[in-house]
Amino acid sequence: MDWLLANVPALIFYALAGVVVAGAIGVIAFSHPVHAALSLLATFLAVAGLFVLQHAEFLAAVQILVYAGGVMVLFLFVIMLVNVRHLPDEPQYLRRLVPVAVVVGAVLAILVGVGVWAALGGAPADPAPLTTVAGEAAGNTEAVGWSLYRDYLLPFEVVSVVLLVAMIGAIVMGRRMEEQP
Amino acid sequence: MIGVGHYVVLSLVLGALGLVGLMVRRNFVTVLMCIELILNAANLNFIAFSRHLGDLTGQVFAVFIITIAAAEAAIGLGIIVALVRLKQTVQLDRVNVMQG
Repeated sequence: MDWLLANVPALIFYALAGVVVAGAIGVIAFSHPVHAALSLLATFLAVAGLFVLQHAEFLAAVQILVYAGGVMVLFLFVIMLVNVRHLPDEPQYLRRLVPVAVVVGAVLAILVGVGVWAALGGAPADPAPLTTVAGEAAGNTEAVGWSLYRDYLLPFEVVSVVLLVAMIGAIVMGRRMEEQP
Repeated sequence: MIGVGHYVVLSLVLGALGLVGLMVRRNFVTVLMCIELILNAANLNFIAFSRHLGDLTGQVFAVFIITIAAAEAAIGLGIIVALVRLKQTVQLDRVNVMQG
């Protein structure tokens, strides 16, 4: 029981990591897009939980609002609109790429193995959460906002322009095309 | 005790799974989902190193990545709607008008 209480953060991490990996495998494995989208939703929520574990509470809220709220609704809306199920089945054009896939998969597996071996060896540290603004105690949201608006104001404005361009592009592409003369 | 290495490994696995999905699936909707997986893996890395190095910059860049991911999803799904209207398919193998 003492061991259990002492390892609560580790247990939460492993549970959330399991949900993340299982959700990602589900995204790849489910053939029906709605199932894949719901599996992706589980991954997003688990990643938000991991953000909370890393004391990035603001980003966890943003993750849930933007991904689970916005992107996921967009995905499901398009899947329902397009009605993917009644589209023709997936053709088997990929057979000739099997050797390439084996090579790439082997390289990826080696990368993951080396990464696990190298990363888990280091001594774990537990630094204090970053919650100071100008030397005074503050919440995570305040600290991130301070950094965002003081040090990264120009990138912030550029990203807002990117969002505007994306919005206009989505409207233009989603519009019904006129008949060309 | 969970250190930054655990998060890096999880991010590696998540990014590798997204990459595998990107190569294996030919359904445009699923491919877009796999791109979201890869961006989430990058975010996880940024957050872990932000905590590890005691620097908030990683969290700020994660905010930017989430913004770009939302823009990418909107554009990609707009492309899907236009594609279905034009060719009645979301299979990427059928979209080969520029292959000559």
